[in-house]
Amino acid sequence: MAQKLKETILNPILKNNPITVLVLGICSSLAVTVQLKGAIVMALSVIVVTGLSSLVCSLLRNTIPNRVRIIVQLVVVALMVILVDQILKAGESTYAIDKQLSVYIGLIITNCIVMGRIEAFALGNKPIPSLLDGIANGVGYGLILIIVAFFRELLGSGTLFGLQVLPVSYIPNNLVILPPFALILLGCIIWVQRAFDKDLQEK
Amino acid sequence: MEYVSLFVKSIFVDNMIFAYFLGMCSYLAVSKNVKTANGLGLAVIFVLLFTLPINYLLNTYVLQPGALKWLGPQFAEVDLSFLSFIIFIAVIAAFVQVVEMVVEKFLPSLYSSLGIFLPLIAVNCAILGCSLFMQQRDFANIGEAAVYSLGSGIGWYLAIVCLAAIREKMSYCKIPKPLKGIGITFITVGLMGMAFMIFMGIQL
Repeated sequence: MAQKLKETILNPILKNNPITVLVLGICSSLAVTVQLKGAIVMALSVIVVTGLSSLVCSLLRNTIPNRVRIIVQLVVVALMVILVDQILKAGESTYAIDKQLSVYIGLIITNCIVMGRIEAFALGNKPIPSLLDGIANGVGYGLILIIVAFFRELLGSGTLFGLQVLPVSYIPNNLVILPPFALILLGCIIWVQRAFDKDLQEK
Repeated sequence: MEYVSLFVKSIFVDNMIFAYFLGMCSYLAVSKNVKTANGLGLAVIFVLLFTLPINYLLNTYVLQPGALKWLGPQFAEVDLSFLSFIIFIAVIAAFVQVVEMVVEKFLPSLYSSLGIFLPLIAVNCAILGCSLFMQQRDFANIGEAAVYSLGSGIGWYLAIVCLAAIREKMSYCKIPKPLKGIGITFITVGLMGMAFMIFMGIQL
């Protein structure tokens, strides 16, 4: 039992990472990685939403009719996202970040990780493992988000968390700020991960 | 003229994929060959074209701060905008479900070619994203919203068919093993995105 729980928590972070291995939830992840701060807020929001909605759907799993389950799940997820969005809007320091993330907080609803974990795990498991599974997947997602944001902020503006890190003589590389670079960076992360882990390579 | 400008802008400059990364999951998963990409692209255009105007009307007459004024002066202060996520996604999911049933009943041949993609669209970020952008941009009337949705849909269609064509050709290439499959696809999309950057700043 303890072994299984450990796998539930550790698998999504490396071996079954939602972004680099399952290729889910790319949509919202790349646009918010220009700055570390936004990426961290986004990662935390996703962790909260995946964890809570997996928990709720797992509690409801025996009462949801199979035919309408997608809509029920969407409503649960949307509810969680509204909660997160309202909390972000209420905080004084987080309001600016919420504005910066604009529609991408709302788009957590259609983030495939959330729906994917509910469909694949929460509907067939007890509430506590589902909660952990949701949180672990959120963490796996957040990890990649933070790696991408780290490189983009460092190379694109020479700063980290808005503080100057590279010498002032460094000329910011504007290409890194543009959307396409996030995709290329993600491609490279996948390249590195698969070079180390031969099992993940495609035949 | 404004419509033409908005239309071209939403296809090329504000392309859903290359500028906002919306609908990326199904974009990457279903772009292995041109035929299926074509089917999904058409389905997205169709669903977008109808859901966005519906959401526009809901936003204008129900959700916006003060939108309920038509019910009477006592409702003029009501602000339901915090409900917009849940309403928009419900409209999209319901519409997709209805379309699926109608197409299955009356157009079985179309259903068999589109069938599997229709349910996928309910969770396609491009559709919800489009509605949220509509809310942010305050379109003046429903015509603008419809033109914007058509343009965004066509932009998405264009992007997925292009990528599918490139991936079909790429299957004959020699690619380093760890990069094969999804890795090289990401880099390809990045390069395509850079090509689309040339449209930035176009004024019509």
